[in-house]
Amino acid sequence: MSILISPETKIIVQGITGAFGGKHAQLSLDYGTLVVAGVTPGKGGQTFEHGDKKIPIFNTVAEAAAATGATVSTIFVPPPFAADAILECVAAGLDLAVCITEGIPIKDMIRVKRTMAGAKTRLIGPNCPGVVTPGTGEGSTGGCRIGIAPGYIHRKGHVGVVSRSGTLTYEAVFQITSKGLGQSTSVGIGGDPVNGTSHLDVIKLFNEDPDTKGIILIGEIGGNAEVEAARWIKANCQKPVAGFIAGATAPPGRRMGHAGAVVGGHEDTAEAKIAVFKECGIEVAETPSDMADALLRAAKAKGVSLD
Amino acid sequence: MNIHEYQAKELFAKFGVPAPQGAAATSADSFDRALESLPEGPTMVKSQIHAGGRGKGTFTNGYQGGVKFCKTKADAKEIAGKMIGQTLVTAQTGAAGRKVQTVYFTAASDIKKEYYLAILLDRTTSKPVIVASTEGGVEIEKVAHETPEKIFKVFVDPAYGLADFQVRELLFGLGLKGAEAKNAAQLIRNLYTMFWETDAAMVEVNPLITTPDGQVLALDAKVSFDPNALFRHPEIVALRDLNEEDPKEIEASKYDLAYIALDGNIACLVNGAGLAMSTMDIIKHYGGNPANFLDVGGGASKEKVVAAFKIILGDANVQGIFVNIFGGIMDCNVIAEGIVDAVKEVGLKLPVVVRLEGNNVAAGKATLVASGLALVSGDTMADAAQKIVKLVA
Repeated sequence: MSILISPETKIIVQGITGAFGGKHAQLSLDYGTLVVAGVTPGKGGQTFEHGDKKIPIFNTVAEAAAATGATVSTIFVPPPFAADAILECVAAGLDLAVCITEGIPIKDMIRVKRTMAGAKTRLIGPNCPGVVTPGTGEGSTGGCRIGIAPGYIHRKGHVGVVSRSGTLTYEAVFQITSKGLGQSTSVGIGGDPVNGTSHLDVIKLFNEDPDTKGIILIGEIGGNAEVEAARWIKANCQKPVAGFIAGATAPPGRRMGHAGAVVGGHEDTAEAKIAVFKECGIEVAETPSDMADALLRAAKAKGVSLD
Repeated sequence: MNIHEYQAKELFAKFGVPAPQGAAATSADSFDRALESLPEGPTMVKSQIHAGGRGKGTFTNGYQGGVKFCKTKADAKEIAGKMIGQTLVTAQTGAAGRKVQTVYFTAASDIKKEYYLAILLDRTTSKPVIVASTEGGVEIEKVAHETPEKIFKVFVDPAYGLADFQVRELLFGLGLKGAEAKNAAQLIRNLYTMFWETDAAMVEVNPLITTPDGQVLALDAKVSFDPNALFRHPEIVALRDLNEEDPKEIEASKYDLAYIALDGNIACLVNGAGLAMSTMDIIKHYGGNPANFLDVGGGASKEKVVAAFKIILGDANVQGIFVNIFGGIMDCNVIAEGIVDAVKEVGLKLPVVVRLEGNNVAAGKATLVASGLALVSGDTMADAAQKIVKLVA
């Protein structure tokens, strides 16, 4: 088991003919992921070739989904067109859209989020590394890799990872793998202020997944998503959870405006979030090098095996 | 991206947000022409820098106050002469202060009461929020802390836009009636239109004032824009004032590097914002002091890494460099080649600790070793952080 995606998940790549999308489509194919279609408007009928694999390219997401049975799309479309690409996935009735694109205007995401309210499609991202459910092959191949994460650092196992930051996700995954443990699924929800899936959404999925035995929750300064997740964990989650918050030394006010601090409340800073984590029974990683160890401490305290 | 008050007021005028009549001048020669456009009588002189706290600031020449009330236009001209070209230090500028390159004259207003008004993104609801308060002209954080009942908020549905009932909620909250209420309603609607259409990140009017004759005016204006949306607003990009930005940060932005100068002595070169932030944190954790935030992002070329090194070394306080790369998108060997090139090109003498992990890491480490340069390798972030802290101590 895993969350969101499994090795059987069929995926579409929007923007497969671009350099970035194409490169990562190839890496996903190498990982063993079922990349079954590409979408580039105007290039329908062409194929994307990698080794002996020929992936059909379609003009629209709806066509690609109908022809291949794909239920998930990865979006590598440039920022001015990315909001449109997300909405195309919603209109096609996909289960999941994972938007890698960095630099989408906030207003576009505000509108997308409003339009998606009540829709069947879940959005992960934007500005995220994607989602990985490791496989059982060498270097965790045979799994489902959506996005841009390095596949080989994963190992199939029972730790769920959720993070806003790409490279911190890799850091946590790598530490877990180095301890001889593995991941059920690793989810990068993205660093933008308006995103599709929150920490809490992912935590709820991990909590319900019988294959996930422990969770690493990685956050940053700004907003209150980590606090919301922590409070829910305290009330509802029995699984061991370790947490890390980046940005304890970030200069105040560099990104947040004057009034931002008011609306965000007093739970914005790393210090405040760490305090809430502790209060909610989350084992806090002292440094980013301590994330896997923190989870092991939490698991030991609860008498839970992560093997 | 931030703009000056006088630029914000020009935008206000375009969108029908009333503000006191004003004119900007960039040199003493142009004071007369700017003042000519204003009515006779009391006039405000306002230093134009991006930092807040101007009124309570001090110039490095000893003159007190970057915002002054003058009884006549002649007085205003004289006062402006004390500000232009001088360096103003405020609570937000740091000790170095900012050089005042533009002075803004406005007709002084008769103030009946001061209010607060702002529009920004509310992250929790993913909607624009309008924040208003009966307490204007003071720090809104203080109001929020001490008298939260005096703050009123409405969250705007982006599908419908600002609804009339929401405007009414704000007006009732602020206790405005009659002509004041009517004028404030129009101002709030127009300010929201401006926020939405220009892709603003935040619009803050503090204070918003009423006058004895029923006018409602934006006395001050602080406006910033979403950098992601600038591609569709060349008219906003044209308002950027490079004098207000750290030269190293400007240089970094040319190479698409996210750089923020700090006051420590250990420079960081990292990929990914989260990892870059936590690299600063871990340096501090082991007793060091980070000199900067620097995210080289994904897909960095060799040129980008060389540029990053040059920017880091432009900071005279730097005594050591911590390179921390977890290659997901990025090829570690590209980083390694960039490091080697940069170290050779700039003749670097400072200690460098490199921690590489991820994509093509074996080739990257081999490149570093083969270079013959004195680069210290760190195995984990913690190991590397302790090494660089020790080396600069």
